[in-house]
Amino acid sequence: MAISAGLLTPRMVLAAWPKGAFEAKTVDEAVNGLFGSTTLTGSDQIKIKAPDIAENGAVVPISVTTDIADAQSISVIAEKNSTPLAASFALGAGAEGFVSTRIKMGKTGSVIAVVKSGDKLYSTGKEVKVTIGGCGG
Amino acid sequence: MASIKMRAKTAEGVTTIKALISHPMDTGLMKNKKTGKVIPAHFIQEVVCEHNGKAVMTAHWGPAISKNPYLSFRFKGGNAGDTVKLSWVDNKGESDSSETTIS
Repeated sequence: MAISAGLLTPRMVLAAWPKGAFEAKTVDEAVNGLFGSTTLTGSDQIKIKAPDIAENGAVVPISVTTDIADAQSISVIAEKNSTPLAASFALGAGAEGFVSTRIKMGKTGSVIAVVKSGDKLYSTGKEVKVTIGGCGG
Repeated sequence: MASIKMRAKTAEGVTTIKALISHPMDTGLMKNKKTGKVIPAHFIQEVVCEHNGKAVMTAHWGPAISKNPYLSFRFKGGNAGDTVKLSWVDNKGESDSSETTIS
């Protein structure tokens, strides 16, 4: 595997990997670990595209789109995973409010998207039924 | 290393990036069925995408991102011929990056 020295050249501030947030066992702890707050405001300006039923919990395609102004980050949380936080995307200047990826879900539950804009955290959720859990064991 | 396959296309002032990264994204929760030993966690933690030397997207990932991660996002601007660079670092300190030209 290539190890590139100087990979993380100084530009946008790259915060350290938020270990506490990724190891948190509840949604509240994960959100708090990321943002230092658990106050979420429900928003219909966030759309989650995810299957109603995921046949394979190891690969659940998730897209989050938001038109909330000045969105700084989009975070994806799988409510029923043992460690709910799946990913957090920081949007640089010019980035659109859109991310798409695939996540593992251990069982049926909500996928929650949290969008940070200014000091506020907006969120919405979508229930995904999982027929075969994807976290292992 | 060629762990990243990436496409960058621009249309109507918006560049769309689609990338597929080869990586096991092991959670550390699975056991090797033959040896019974836990397969240690091995997953990408940071992903950075740069356009013209500026980061347009930075992501922190956990082991819940699926194996061989797929990623797509968009940013305003970007002209055909510009370079976009995607880099990742995992929890073992391994890394890779790839550049592509916006078409």
